[in-house]
This record gives sequence, C-alpha cells and structure tokens, in this order.
Amino acid sequence: MLVIPKNILDALIAHGRAGFPLETCGILSGNGGVVSEFHPMTNVDQSRVHFLMEPREQFAVAKELRVKGKEMLAVYHTHPDTPARPSAEDIRLAKAPGVSTVILSLAGPAPDLKSFRIFDGVSTPEPIDVPGAGE
Amino acid sequence: MKLTVNGETREIAGTESLNIDETLVTLKVADPLYVTVELNGTILEREAFGTTQVKDGDVLEFLYFMGGGGQ
Repeated sequence: MLVIPKNILDALIAHGRAGFPLETCGILSGNGGVVSEFHPMTNVDQSRVHFLMEPREQFAVAKELRVKGKEMLAVYHTHPDTPARPSAEDIRLAKAPGVSTVILSLAGPAPDLKSFRIFDGVSTPEPIDVPGAGE
Repeated sequence: MKLTVNGETREIAGTESLNIDETLVTLKVADPLYVTVELNGTILEREAFGTTQVKDGDVLEFLYFMGGGGQ
C-alpha cells in the first residue's frame, strides 16, 4: 500500500499536465509507505515515449533524503498517450530495490494513477490510498 | 581501504585501490550495469568505470538509473 496525500497527488498531476505531451518524472519520498514529499525531476530524454531522470538531480534528492531520514518510496512518471501500466521498458529498468513504480496516465479524459511493485521482471499492482480525496 | 559509500563507511580489506567496476562487484551491488556512480562529487561516464581508480578515503555514491517509457 502506498499512501499519497491529496495535495501531493494534485502536485504530481499538475506536473504531468504542465509537461504534457512529454513524459514527466519525479520521486516520491516519505516513511513507512506514506508519501510526504514530491520531488519533480527533469526528464533528460524530453520525449513523449521515454523518460530518464537527470542524474545530478537524482543524487541531490538521494542525499537530501538521507539527511532528512526519509526513504525513496516511489519513482513516478507519466504516460501521455498510453494506459497506466508498466511498459516492457519500465519493467526492465525498475532496478531500485523496494521502490514502487507509480504511473500517471494522461491518455484518457481523467488522470489515472496506478502503482506497481516490480521485482525481477515481474510487475504486481500495489493499492494506493489517497487520504483527503473526495473531501 | 576505507570508503564512504552512500553515506556509510565501508571497508574493503586486502587492497589499496580498485577500479569502479571492481568496487561495485566487491560491494555486491546488484545489477551494476544499471547504476550511475558519483566519485568525490563527480558523476562518472560509464566508459570510465574500468579505468577510474577508487582509493582509501574516497566518497562513492551510486544509484540506479531511473528511466522507462510508455511504449
């Protein structure tokens, strides 16, 4: 279970829409599966079908989380034109242990957010709880 | 030699220097082909992993390359 507060979900969707039609990406951090921060990152590929996080930004976030005592809980990216399910490339490149893959699809009339745990080439859906949604 | 690896002190016994590839293997980093490495604050090109030496006191950061795509 990944818990994403409504304000962070809104920020993530806003980031995805601002970057549309290119893929956007970022890191969700927190503790114990509860997200408390969203770190938007630069997609160096600048593509609508690929993303690659900017390594300097990645290192900066990793060091910041260490200082704050937080965990990298998820890597997020958008699918501007396809459903919120991991592509073969998403599965192949999901190597960070214990880090969820969160995909936001902007292909439909409403944003669709899903999370997956990917290990050893196998993707398993992970429930998302959004406290504050619908209030 | 003693290194700082992702903020933690790690000791590699029996050697005073290894290249980056050897260091990742010695540290038992899973899927080392998928990591990006920063040595003493400088991000290394993958082509340099075999020729860049790590020595006592160095600060090594590594993280998994994060990418993918919708197709």
